[in-house]
Parts: sequence; C-alpha cells; structure tokens
Amino acid sequence: MEKYLILNTLDYPILSLTMIIPVLGALVCMFMKNETALKVWGLIVTLITLAVSIPLYTAFDATTPLYQFVENRPWFPAINLNYVVGVDGISVLLVLLTTFVMPLCILCSWRYIKTRMREFIFVTLLMETAMIGVFVSLNTVLFYIFWEGMLVPMYLIIAVWGGPRKDYASIKFFLYTFTGSIFLLVAIIALYITTGTFFIPELMDHTYPFMFQLWIFLAFALSFAIKMPMYPFHTWLPAAHVEAPTAGSVILASILLKMGGYGFLRFCLPIAPAATMACVPWMIGLSIVSIIFGGYLALGQSDMKKLIAYSSVGHMGFVTLGIFLLNPEGIKGAILQMINHGVTTGALFVCVGLIYERTHSREISDNSALGMMMPLFVTFFGIFSLSSFGFPGTNSFVSEILVLVGAFREMPVVGFLAIIGAILAAAYMLRLLQKVVWNTSDGHAHHGDDHGHGDGHGGGHHVLADLNLREIGTLAFLTFFVFWIGFYPKPLLGMMDVSVNHLIQQVNAGMACAPTAALDHFAMIKGIGAKIAGM
Amino acid sequence: MNIVQLLPELVLSAMVLVLFGTSLTTTRTESLNAIALVFSALSLAAAILSFGQQGMLFYDTYRLDALSQLFKVIITFGLFLVIFAAPGLKGIDAKIRSEYYMFLAVGTLGLVCLVSSYELLTILLSLEISAFALNVIIPFRYLNSSRTQMEAAIKYFLFGVIGTGIMLYGMSYIFGLAKSTYLADLAKTIPALLQTEPLAVVGMIMLLCGFFFKLSLFPMHFMTPDVYEGSANETTSYIATLPKVTAVALLIRLVSLTGVEFSQLTWLLAIFAVLSMTVGNLSALAQNDLKRLLAYSSIAHAGYVTLGLLSVNELGFSSAIYYMAGYLLMNLACFFVIYQLSANGENLTFDSLRGLYKRSPLLAFTLAAGAFGMTGIPPTVGFTGKFLIFTAAIQKGLYALVIIAVINAAISAFYYLKMVRAAYMTTDEPSDAVALSLPAAALGVFFIVAIIATGILPQSIIALARQAVAGM
Repeated sequence: MEKYLILNTLDYPILSLTMIIPVLGALVCMFMKNETALKVWGLIVTLITLAVSIPLYTAFDATTPLYQFVENRPWFPAINLNYVVGVDGISVLLVLLTTFVMPLCILCSWRYIKTRMREFIFVTLLMETAMIGVFVSLNTVLFYIFWEGMLVPMYLIIAVWGGPRKDYASIKFFLYTFTGSIFLLVAIIALYITTGTFFIPELMDHTYPFMFQLWIFLAFALSFAIKMPMYPFHTWLPAAHVEAPTAGSVILASILLKMGGYGFLRFCLPIAPAATMACVPWMIGLSIVSIIFGGYLALGQSDMKKLIAYSSVGHMGFVTLGIFLLNPEGIKGAILQMINHGVTTGALFVCVGLIYERTHSREISDNSALGMMMPLFVTFFGIFSLSSFGFPGTNSFVSEILVLVGAFREMPVVGFLAIIGAILAAAYMLRLLQKVVWNTSDGHAHHGDDHGHGDGHGGGHHVLADLNLREIGTLAFLTFFVFWIGFYPKPLLGMMDVSVNHLIQQVNAGMACAPTAALDHFAMIKGIGAKIAGM
Repeated sequence: MNIVQLLPELVLSAMVLVLFGTSLTTTRTESLNAIALVFSALSLAAAILSFGQQGMLFYDTYRLDALSQLFKVIITFGLFLVIFAAPGLKGIDAKIRSEYYMFLAVGTLGLVCLVSSYELLTILLSLEISAFALNVIIPFRYLNSSRTQMEAAIKYFLFGVIGTGIMLYGMSYIFGLAKSTYLADLAKTIPALLQTEPLAVVGMIMLLCGFFFKLSLFPMHFMTPDVYEGSANETTSYIATLPKVTAVALLIRLVSLTGVEFSQLTWLLAIFAVLSMTVGNLSALAQNDLKRLLAYSSIAHAGYVTLGLLSVNELGFSSAIYYMAGYLLMNLACFFVIYQLSANGENLTFDSLRGLYKRSPLLAFTLAAGAFGMTGIPPTVGFTGKFLIFTAAIQKGLYALVIIAVINAAISAFYYLKMVRAAYMTTDEPSDAVALSLPAAALGVFFIVAIIATGILPQSIIALARQAVAGM
C-alpha cells in the first residue's frame, strides 16, 4: 500500500488537524452565548484552519503523482478498513479552496444570520470538516461517510436559516442527493467484495470486467451527476440556492458542487476506465446540454440568485465536458474551472447577499440602478460578473479556454456548441450587470430601514449604504484570486500537471487491457451515444 | 451449576418478587421508579458479570454461550434505558404502576430466558412468559376517553396466539421429522432434511413465524401499528425494542441450524425481507401519528435485519446483532423524545413536534440523531449497521436484494426527514419550553453520543458480536 503514498513529513498531522480544528471549534461554540463572540470565534476557527492548511500549498511536491501528507491508521481491522487521508494534485487545490472560502462564509453571515447564531456557527464548522474530509479521504468508506455526513449540516443550514420556501428546498436537496449517493454505497461495497480493499489507489490498480465497470460507473456517475449538478438532475439546485442563506449558497456553489467533479476524477475515470470511454459520448452530450440549457434558463430569470444558480449549471457543464474530453487540457481546465467557479460564483452570491441585506429583495427589477448609490459595490459586482462569463484577464477565461482547446482538439462540433454556451453566459451576465448598475428605475422595493437615512429623496428612492470594511475585505480577497488566476495561473496548473497526466495514463492503461469482448460493448454503446449526441 | 451462570435471571426474578411486594402496598411512583431502576441496573450488572459464562443447564435445554450472554447484556441494558427514560409513567394509571413494573420485569425475564433456550419447548415456554407479560401491560394505559389500548391488547393477544400456534405446529413437523426437540440434535439433522423433505422447509418457516411476529416482519406485521398506537408511550418503547432484539437472537440460532447452503428457505426469507422493507417504508410515508410511523419503520428495519440473517455467515449474523443494538439505541432515543414531549401520555403527531427546536434544543437534537441514524446517514450507528449488512449480502451475491434495500433506504429518508423537519420548523404559535430534568437531559446526551460513537467506532461491538456468533 505504501507504494502509492508519501507519508506526512511535516511536524504535525496536517490533514487530520484541518479536519479536527473545526469540530473542536464547533464543540466549544456550543458553550458560548454572546452572538458577536460566536461570530468572532467562528471566524477565528476558520482562519486557524486556513493557516494550518497553508503548508499544503507551500510544501506540496508537484513532481509526483503520489498522494502526499498521508496519514494511515488502522480503524476497523475486521474488514480491512483504515483511516487514510492524503492529497494529490487533483484534490489539494480543492482542499485549499475549502479552507479559503469558509472564513468568507462566516464573514458574509455577519448580519445576514439573525437567529440561532450558535447553531449556525456549529453546523457551518461541521460542514467544513465534512467537506475537507471528502477531498482528502483515500478510503472509499471514509469518503462516503464524509460525503453523506455533509448532508445533515447542509440540510439544516437551508431548513433553519433559509428563505420562505426553505421547507421545500431543503427536503428536495436532501432527497435528491441522498438517493443519488445511496447507490454509491452499493458500488463501494461491490468494489470491496471484488478486491478486498477500500483503499482507493489499490482499487484503481485492479482491472475489472467490462460489465462490472459499467455498473460501477453508472452508480458513481449518478451520484456525482446529481451533486454537480448535471442536466437532467439539476432541478434541486435553483431551489436550494434561492432559499439558502448567503453562506449556504456560497458553500453550495463554491465547494459542494465541486465534489461531483472531484468524484468523477477520483473514482469514475481511474476505477472504471473502459466504462468511462464507453460513456464519453453520453457524458459529453449531457455536458453540452447542461451548458446550453443552463445558460438559456439563466437568461430568463428575474431573481438574481436563480440566475446565478442556473449559470452554475452551465459552468459545471464545462467541468464535466473538460473531464470527459480525457485530454490534459480538458482535465486541467476542468479542475481550474472548479476552483474559478468556487471563487467567482461564491463572490456573486456574497454580492447578492449584500444587496439582499439592504433591500430585502433579490428581484433584479427591485435592485436596479445601484450604480449611483453603491459605486464600490458595483465595481466588485462588475468584476465578478465579467469573471463569470470568462472575460479575458479574469480567472474563468483561463479555464474555459483550456476546456475549449481540449474540445476543439477532440471534437470540433462539441467545441462549437460549448462556445454558444459561453456566449449565452456573456448575454445573461451582461443583462444582469446592465440592469443592476445602469438601468433607470424607480421601482425600488428597498426599505432603507436598516440604515436609518431613508427618505431623503423623492419618488421612493432611498439611499443605500455602500460597502463597509468587512464587506470590502470579503470581496477584495476574492478579487485578488480572480486576477491572480486570470493573469498568472501557472502555479496552480503546475500543481496539478503531474497528477492529471498520471490520471490520463491510468485511463489509457485501463483501456488497453480491456478484453476484446468488452470492446464490442464499448463500440456498441459508443455508437448509440454518438448517434444521439450527433457527432 | 454455578450461581453466577444464572445471575441475570435470578436478579430479574428478585425484581419481580420485590415489585409484587410493592403492589400490595401503596408506594409512590418516585420510589417505585427508584426500585425498578436499581433492580434493572443490578440485572445489567449481573448480565455483565455472567458474561463469558459457558455451559448447558437443566438437562441440556438451557445453553449459556457468548451469544446468549451478549444478548442478556443488551436486553437488560435496554430494560434499564426503558425504565430510565420514562420516570413518571405518565401514561399508566397511578393505581397499577407497581404491577406495570412487575410485568415489565416478568417480560424481560422471559426474554432473557429465551436467548438461552436451546430446546424447542423451552423456547416456546420462554416466549410465552414474555408474551404473557406484554399482553397484560398493553391495556394498562390510562386515557380518559379512549379505548384504543383495549383494541391494541386484543390484537396483540390474538395475533400472538396465532403466531404461537403456527410456531407450535411447525415444531410438531420438525419434531416428527427429526425426532428431537433439542437444537443440538436438530443442527445435525436439519440441513439434510431441508434438502430432502419439503415438509421440513414448511416446518422451519412455521417455526420461524413465531419470531417473525415478535420482529414484526412481513407477513406477521399486521398488528404492529395498531399495537404501537394503542399502547402507552412507555410500553411501546419496550415492545418496539426488546422483543425484537431477542427475536433476532433466536432467528440467528434457528437460521444457523439450516446450514450455509442456499435453499428454498433462503429465498422465502428474502421475499419476506423485501416485502417487509417495502410495505413498511411505503406505509410509513402516509402516517401522521409518530408511533404508527415508528411501527412501520420498525417493519422496514425488520426487513433490513433479515437481509443480514439471510447471508448465513459470520459477518451477516454479527452485523445483524450490531444492527439491532443500534436499532435499540435509535428507537429508544425517538421514544424518549415522544415520552418527554407528551404532557399526559397522549400520542403525538407531526404537529406536536412543531417548533420543538425552540422548546427544547436537546430533545430536537436527540430526535434528529435518532431519525438520521435510522435513515442510515453516517457517522451514525444506523449507517454502519446498514453498511455491514449490505456488505454481508453482497458477499453472498444478493445484489438485487441490496439494490432494493438501498432504494428503500432512500424512500425512508423522506419520512424520517419529515420528523426532523417538523422539529426544526419555525412556528409562530407561542409554545412552552419543555422542562427537562437533569437525568433526562443526561439521557438525551447519552443517546446522541452513543448513536454517533458506536457508529464511528464499531470495532469493539462487532468483535463481541463475532465472538458470539463464533461460539454458537
């Protein structure tokens, strides 16, 4: 088992520590009463976690595809189950994304969350542990425990602190994701029975019969496609996003959705390579549908959160597209797109949350013509909107161009269709930006009561306070990443380079040793898929 | 014979006698509860003390082995929790509370004897002792205008009698074919008989039916919801847990008699398991009364546990034991919340859970832990139990059954979630806080910690269960 791993050489168990600190913080906060103290405590805990996780970036060895910072302890020897965690070039950035986004989640809840602050901090911190756990688990059972364990705190975040239809949205979220992932469990057990191990790298090294691979692939893919979410399993997402509090939306958009993509890369591709190849046309077809359909639906939304939620469907379409192109550009683009979407869409949700705190409405028509009143805000909003549709110089441009390069190299038709999606993205984001910033409107529904200086102007206009220091800090932090990745993505791409190439080798090797009988199936399924996808 | 070998049974008998004594006087509920609590704790201590005892007693009809001793610990612990969780006996008429505790002890004595019984007639006798006690305490409920407890009692009695009748009839077949009632002899002859004599299959199934009734497995599940609904909350928490745990112990003993080969018996059990899950879960979706809902959920759980029994191997049996231990905890956690919430021992609906979070955060969290546990969300004991049972079943190649089981788990998520949702839903109606006494709060915390801790660290319990199965 050691041949896959580089044990942790730091002085402390870095991955366990990043997972344990939030849990301990959560337990401590159960004994706190003061709301401000709770918020500060939440912020401190998430910042400590962030600080602890920094060596993952600085001490990361980008020259090896092996798993690093590994800790391996026996846990349940009766069924050969170990506690084993580690990161490679694919997961390390996602772990860092999580630890970076969580302090912002606390910051953007500062005023938004008005009730039950203690419990909010509690579940948010538990959420952080579970999310980090998903990305670092090198053991299928451990992965599943974190994957499912995440459902409960996320459900509570939506169900307790959500909007008017939180009841519907939270239960829809729970049932969709639970139903998807329960098949994951069957696949995990089936793999264990076949190989006798839960250890992910060993599972990747086995060669399985084609039909077995196909079933495993389908079980995994269903659960990941729901999480992504991929068309046609996306309907839980807009509901959940709209009803969730700002922090919930940010967690959902920035991190939760990434787990689907991560799952495809970690499980589907290396464990079931032949089945992956066979399903490529289907997955690419669905990705294209997600991109175009998501963009098309976003075009018609009047609720800002819904618009961004549908745009997420489109952006995640780029991720699955990149993954199933199965070439280095595509996969690197997909991983980078996951990070970028985490930064940009997270920031957009924070922006919407900021407006909502001021005007108590998320309707575009209620929030138009903010340009005059909130110049700082619209500056940030503009930057993130541009980043969202991949304006050159911003982060998403890099990842989308990588995916498109990958697509044009493999199948130009797909690349062309994806470009339509990118154009749609520009259309809906610019429409949103134009309405919010410049549109002349006096239909403001905002109340101004939060700020005291209300009715100075006639015609129902109120003065909305511009951003305060905390809010500027939150957004400026994310803006930094927009431009850093936009202008100089090399360090991030360099971190994933070796791991991605290794992954592609694994897929090709798995394909090479697929038995000829399997290739018949492969040709048949690919043929049907290709016909449907029109390629 | 060493006195330690029968210590749990002796302590429970002493408990019965002392409580009989108190029933002749008028004793305050607090002191009654204290007596019952002390004796159940003693019986738990006795069970732990006699853990590890081996031997055959009473002309080889009574067997002490790792399995029986483990289940004695679980059963007495369950009794202790049941008594601890309902200190005031709100649902029971004040005049007959000492009788109530007495029959609770009699029932537990029957169950403790049952797990050690190693001969068909001894099994029948022990089963009837426990059933007799339950028949008596179900109508003990104190409700002003309702007579549902009588209906529940009559249903429980009639179905129980029919179950026993079928079981006895099955025993007569087995006895006729194998010419022995000793399980030790049957273990040698039954596997061969099952292959050659169709009547042996019929006999075995009929024999098992008595325990299907206790476990409320399809097709012996019909009375369960009515009985749960009609009996007092305290009584339901007992009926829902201890007899079921015991039934699993006996099913493990009897199913392991049949040997490891696939047979018609396996397929019949598989059909029962699937129907039990599906019927239980689908019916639970439509319930509004929490106890009825838990009744249907217990029917579904009987199906999952049967899946573990079907595997007829060490992992399957030990997962079934682990699952039932977890089921006991999760179910008692839910009933604990129901008991604490119902002011006068009335039944609760989803409406009464509304805003529970505001009224008592601890109870809401306990309910959530129980409900998420029964759904099978990690890191609870419910997840680990399901995971192990599915592993055992897939090892046997029962893919189809496992797929049906996970679809069922997904269905069940809805109604468990409905409970949590009701508890965490905000409500505008002003409602009083639920005052929890210190022991009750401690019990709530205990349930939460136990449900999570046994889920994360299953190693020691599984090791015990494996040892129990291996020593059978």
